[in-house]
Amino acid sequence: MSAHTPEAVQKQVRIYRTVGAVLIVGTVITVLAANVHLGIIVGIIVALIIATVKGSLVAGYFMHLFSEKKLIYMVLALTAAVVVVLAGLLVFSYGDQQGHRHGIFQMPERHVQPHHETAAPAPAPEKGSHVP
Amino acid sequence: MSAAIEIPYNSVERPDTGLYNAKLGIWLFLASEVMLFGALFSSYVLLRTGAETWEHGAEILSVPLGTINTLVLIASSVTMVFSYASLQAGNFARFRMFLGMTLVCAVIFMVIKGFEYKAKFEHGFLPSTSTYMALYFTMTALHALHVIGGVIVNGYLWGPGSKMWLTDPQRFTNRVEVAGLYWHFVDLVWIFLFPTLYLLPGK
Amino acid sequence: MAVEPTTTQSHGGAASHGEAHHDELSFWRKYIFSTDHKVIGIQYGVTALTFLFFGFCLVMTMRWQLAYPARPLPWNWLVKLLGDSRMPGGVMAPEFYNQLGAMHGTIMIFLGVVPLAVGAFGNYLVPLQIGAQDMAFPKLNMSSYWVYFIGGIVMLGSFFMPGGSAQSGWTSYTPLADIATPASMTLGAALVHYFTNLGSLGGIGGKFAAFFTTGLAPLWTGQTMWLIGMVFLITSSLLGSVNTITTIIQLRTKGLTFMRLPFFVWSQLVTGFLLLLAFPPLEAAGVMQLMDRLGGSSFFLPTGLVVGGKALEVSGGGSSLLWQHLFWFLAHPEVYVLILPAMGIVAEIIANNTRKPLWGYKSMVYSALFLGFMSFVVWAHHMFLTGMGTAINAFFQTTTMIISIPSIIILTALILSLWGGSIRFNVPMCFALAFLPMFAIGGLTGLPLGLASADIHLHDTMYVIGHFHYVVAPGTLFALFAGIYFWFPKVTGRKMNETLGRIHFWGSLVFMNGIFMPMFIQGLAGVSRRLYDGGASYLHAQHVLGLNKVMSHSAWALGVVQFVFIINFFWSLFAGRKANDNPWESTTLEWATPTPPPHGNFPAGPPQVYRGPYEYSVPGKKQDFSPQNHPEADGKNGEANHVSSH
Repeated sequence: MSAHTPEAVQKQVRIYRTVGAVLIVGTVITVLAANVHLGIIVGIIVALIIATVKGSLVAGYFMHLFSEKKLIYMVLALTAAVVVVLAGLLVFSYGDQQGHRHGIFQMPERHVQPHHETAAPAPAPEKGSHVP
Repeated sequence: MSAAIEIPYNSVERPDTGLYNAKLGIWLFLASEVMLFGALFSSYVLLRTGAETWEHGAEILSVPLGTINTLVLIASSVTMVFSYASLQAGNFARFRMFLGMTLVCAVIFMVIKGFEYKAKFEHGFLPSTSTYMALYFTMTALHALHVIGGVIVNGYLWGPGSKMWLTDPQRFTNRVEVAGLYWHFVDLVWIFLFPTLYLLPGK
Repeated sequence: MAVEPTTTQSHGGAASHGEAHHDELSFWRKYIFSTDHKVIGIQYGVTALTFLFFGFCLVMTMRWQLAYPARPLPWNWLVKLLGDSRMPGGVMAPEFYNQLGAMHGTIMIFLGVVPLAVGAFGNYLVPLQIGAQDMAFPKLNMSSYWVYFIGGIVMLGSFFMPGGSAQSGWTSYTPLADIATPASMTLGAALVHYFTNLGSLGGIGGKFAAFFTTGLAPLWTGQTMWLIGMVFLITSSLLGSVNTITTIIQLRTKGLTFMRLPFFVWSQLVTGFLLLLAFPPLEAAGVMQLMDRLGGSSFFLPTGLVVGGKALEVSGGGSSLLWQHLFWFLAHPEVYVLILPAMGIVAEIIANNTRKPLWGYKSMVYSALFLGFMSFVVWAHHMFLTGMGTAINAFFQTTTMIISIPSIIILTALILSLWGGSIRFNVPMCFALAFLPMFAIGGLTGLPLGLASADIHLHDTMYVIGHFHYVVAPGTLFALFAGIYFWFPKVTGRKMNETLGRIHFWGSLVFMNGIFMPMFIQGLAGVSRRLYDGGASYLHAQHVLGLNKVMSHSAWALGVVQFVFIINFFWSLFAGRKANDNPWESTTLEWATPTPPPHGNFPAGPPQVYRGPYEYSVPGKKQDFSPQNHPEADGKNGEANHVSSH
């Protein structure tokens, strides 16, 4: 960065301190929120929202993204698009499956069973034994 | 052959882009890191949604230790950006103090992490235990490797690299800014890792 | 690290050899650990060409087995070299065949073509063509090369691991790759075992050695070495792409706007972004596969997997398809990494040897950008047969059809660039011209593969192998050969021999078609790929088995022809006809330097660019080319007289 006046630097330092405090508070909130039984989906959404807010503060103020140059925004916009493509199409591919295997778009039957590590050997090798 | 060709725009910004080289370089590198951790987070989403059951992280991992680590990293981000601001204000001694504090925070983080891993191993929780544990170890270990990388870079800038302050202060300030960007990214990843692994409810 | 002195740029001759200077670099700093992009480019080039040759030797060996299944290899020295476990009784073991196949693909792509196209040509030419003194991060550049080199050594070393090298295809599909060439225990268990038994080991030397042999024992398997090698190669590529992109954006000289860049530089810019954003998910997947192999995890191992009649003792819950998604997320953009620099090279050579500007430069640039972006959304066309639903299949089929459009635009523009040109048929131009129909065949044969219903019949057959080899071999490799012949005079000051070059060209063209055209026939007949016996045990393959001999003999003939190139290359280094600084009468900036370019590239200081990159045969000018950095003698800017074509 080019030379900054002492006042400008001081102003930045005040911002950093404030953001730091907000981040600490945000951390406490997210831990407390996790203790409240909100249900799976709401719980995930709340945790994600808090993390996104905290992350945006780090990126925007500590990493100076809020005052960055256009080229950097373009690079990050491209990256964001590519990540969304990866995650989105990945989930879409799994959700949309053929045949007997259910995709995640269709709800699986829920068996309440304890999580075993060793599965019983599959009954008679089915299609699973084909050579890849 | 001379060793001293001068690459332009290491200290001052190129007028049409408004950036110095390392600033663009580090953001490009961080873009690739976003893809790296993005792929891991996507894998988490996939493996979790496809699973019948999933562990409740808080029952296996220590939320208090994770919270402390989160606060430690946040503090290290604050000290990192303070060290950069000190250089901008021309105060080398304060820069060194704050960067030193950043390094100390990083070491604390690693020590706590090591303690957590040891406790897991002792209780028989290994990557082979379940997909959730595999993700926990893989994602936190990869993150820890990035912390170590940051320690090496910051350590160099605190130590032998700081000589550049005497010969090319603007370029040195730029280097500290760039190292800071990397360090903040490491903090950013943890801000998402912590709730994902430690706090999310199971199924 | 040494503190760099902030010397102001020394003008004129300070950068040239022999000039008295405070610290004259040692041999090691000048030629081995140099930060000069040209030296690094040559290092990449020599290493990559060596790997290309080695990778080709692997497939020439495979082709014996395919042409003459279960017949002993007639070359005893080779049988002895490979040893009894790989060639029992001189006949290739199936496991060794698989190793050759997997490593051929890996080496050609990751150790050969990409380092040559991006590391060698990109590194050497980009700073020159943009009028810069070097890349933006010279030390990073040097590190990138050595990390690549280490990755290459690790990959080669994998051949010597117990069980052999990686043998699950260059694609390393899980669950096979997870369990192939297995270690006897997890890495953690091995380290625990080592430390608990530390006392009973010998002295310090013994303890140190045992750390590697016992503690790290699970690492020494072929597939694990492949994964570790990939981590090195991916890191090298990532660092290189950061360098390339920053250099092109930040270090363009005065007057060099983006739309005045040679198309080659555009191709390297897009390639840089592909490498930057597509490689990391494969790195993540590689780490996960390493965890599966070394840590006992089940990222890619589904519940209830039975191997050899026994249930695998793992936690399960993983997804083998996850590997495929993450792998192809890289590997599809990777194929555009393979072709874009080639298109860039061909564009430069065609413009120069038709003595007219490229037709549709702007269209080519926008197509390259569009191609780059689209390459991220087509990857699952490699997975049409994995059981994905019709909606997602339709999506990927559509994007795949769309992505053919920019490729066709670029190819068409290159072909139209020939119209009305004053064509010089030198050796680089021969290769560049041949690229056009060969890439066309490769591209067109890809269309049935991109259509999900046709792909049902063609997936995993020899047709696929024919398709991609057409694009990479008489496609990209021809472009790279063209580039070597073309830029050889700038790097060495001598031209390569034309006669030997034409023999190399015609021989390669004929024999490459001899190898790859029959693959389409075999594939359409239903012959699967990666078959140890080339289809001999399948009824539906019997009538096309004879083609195996045609292909193998063509491959060996192709190998012989390459010796013409190798001889020409080394002979010309010492005794080739001397060339001046701009023997091809080209307009781009790399020809505006002394030969070879000195450290710092432009002794007279950074050039000023006045016009676009392909101002050939400008009406009213005496010369048939106007170099980018020449101010007009009459004071008028070159563009004012020239009606630019689109």
